[in-house]
Amino acid sequence: MTFYSPVITNATEVAKSERLHLFRYVEDPNQRSIDTFISRGGYESWKKVVTSMKADEVIAEVKGAGLRGRGGAGFPTGMKWSFVPKDSPKPRYLVCNADESEPGTCKDRVIMERDPHAMIEGMAIAAFAIGSHLMFVYIRGEFNESIRTVEAAMREAYAKGFLGKNVLGSGYDLDMVVHTGGGAYICGEETALLNSLEGEKGLSRIRPPFPAVEGLYACPTIVNNVETLSAVPHIIKHGAAWFKSMGTEKSPGSKIFSLSGHVKRPGNYEVELGFNLKKLIYDPAYGGGMLGDKKLKGVIPGGASTPLLTPDMIDVSLDFESLQSVGSMLGSGAVIVFHEDTCIVWVILKLIQFFRHESCGKCTPCRDGTGWLEQTIRKIERGEGKPGDIEKIEDICGNILGRTICPLGDAAVMPIQSAVKHWRDEWLHHIEHKQCLVKTNFEFK
Amino acid sequence: MILTKESVAQIKEKVALYPKRKSAILPAITIAYHQVGHLNDELYKEIADVIKVPFVEVAEAATFYTLFVKQPRGKHLIQVCHNISCALMGSDSLTGYLEQKLGIAKGGTTKDNLFTLITVECLGSCATAPMMQINEDFYENLTREKVDKIIEELRAKG
Repeated sequence: MTFYSPVITNATEVAKSERLHLFRYVEDPNQRSIDTFISRGGYESWKKVVTSMKADEVIAEVKGAGLRGRGGAGFPTGMKWSFVPKDSPKPRYLVCNADESEPGTCKDRVIMERDPHAMIEGMAIAAFAIGSHLMFVYIRGEFNESIRTVEAAMREAYAKGFLGKNVLGSGYDLDMVVHTGGGAYICGEETALLNSLEGEKGLSRIRPPFPAVEGLYACPTIVNNVETLSAVPHIIKHGAAWFKSMGTEKSPGSKIFSLSGHVKRPGNYEVELGFNLKKLIYDPAYGGGMLGDKKLKGVIPGGASTPLLTPDMIDVSLDFESLQSVGSMLGSGAVIVFHEDTCIVWVILKLIQFFRHESCGKCTPCRDGTGWLEQTIRKIERGEGKPGDIEKIEDICGNILGRTICPLGDAAVMPIQSAVKHWRDEWLHHIEHKQCLVKTNFEFK
Repeated sequence: MILTKESVAQIKEKVALYPKRKSAILPAITIAYHQVGHLNDELYKEIADVIKVPFVEVAEAATFYTLFVKQPRGKHLIQVCHNISCALMGSDSLTGYLEQKLGIAKGGTTKDNLFTLITVECLGSCATAPMMQINEDFYENLTREKVDKIIEELRAKG
């Protein structure tokens, strides 16, 4: 028995055009089958690429589209692909990062469970573009439904000749492996993911060398997110100009936003980049406003690692640059909303507890710092905070930020820094009065 | 030998997929875990023998990844997600409700060995909070009514 996620898309806009392409068919359970997928134009892009295009042409198209990574960092995808050395005699690998684990983020799972061939087709095109003959999808071990669906889809793709030896008579060989993780958030970081894929502990690697030059088994490797790769077949099909006609100049295309927390209609929504955050939360077609019509207190705009926004900051475009301009980040597009009955110290405690648990332990500032932060924040939340604790938190944060190999340290710190900055009075009240300004006590229905 | 012939065959199939044998460690651990329900040194040794890697390499990986429970547990492992999106929707009260319903504290196992209850970090089901995972399945948008039904069904199944 599985209760499926309510995938909500704006049906009227979808019906009008192909602009919203990632979620166009996810509400149809038949979309998982390869026949349905093909009947809707699926694998046409892969066929075109493998039978009539050169790798450089594929990279140029994706570069031209301006597609940026949807996993959090927002790095230009085509440019990343072009970093793979052309003259390397080593095998190259394409890895799809499906280790979705950041609190608030639940979008890749929808693609894998509802439209797995979109991801496989994107992976195949990316593999071809970098000259790879073996590609991996690293799926977090908890996503059993995703694993089952992707494995079934992969078998279908082999059976139809989209994968395997001599793909569609093109002479190109391409194999795929579904690799399952062990429930470590750090493995979403690309170098830790590669270590994990090699059978090691998921510890981050020092860069350079970057994976594009020296990645899996010390060979050139490209790691891309599920959502990023799923957009690629549409770019090949409709062209770079079509993709650029969506979104903003520097953040083109559409993006899936996972909306969770205190909204009336939580769900995954595909919208063009540049969509208004306030509209996403309040519009009846999307979030539908706050639960119980309570007052909004705060928003985490891009997943647990991004700086928080106060209600006066949410009239902002959801794109990489606009969120940066208000001191936050687009991240993975996970919008977490909480209302007035939520204690900010409690929110931050939940977040730091996550990062402390998930720190791989390689870098001292992150390993010890996150533990120290959790301890201090837990004390404050319990009413055992002391004057000077806020300054101590700020000091620890400053000693983690930018001092670790991978961004997990920064991710742990940035929400805390923003929460201390925006809600300092509430932290002070907590320490002074030994209790929450608003007591958090959420009951489930 | 704890691993069944089927598990060994599955592990060998995995080994063949990778350019380097060591890559099969995590998939092999997963296969063993699904068979037994928890991990221990004996299993690490058996896995190491099948993949042909040193014992310590399997143990090292197994202990790093928190998905795998390392001590015997009940037949149904209930994992309640307690991070922010679920917590905002009442996952702490969900855990409390399950503790009461099953008569155990978090981390405990029922006397009939049917249920073990733990809390875990984000399970990627944020827009369908609160949620829990029982063995390999997700249960989302939980209400008291749904939880009652799920537990009843699992109890009936044994």
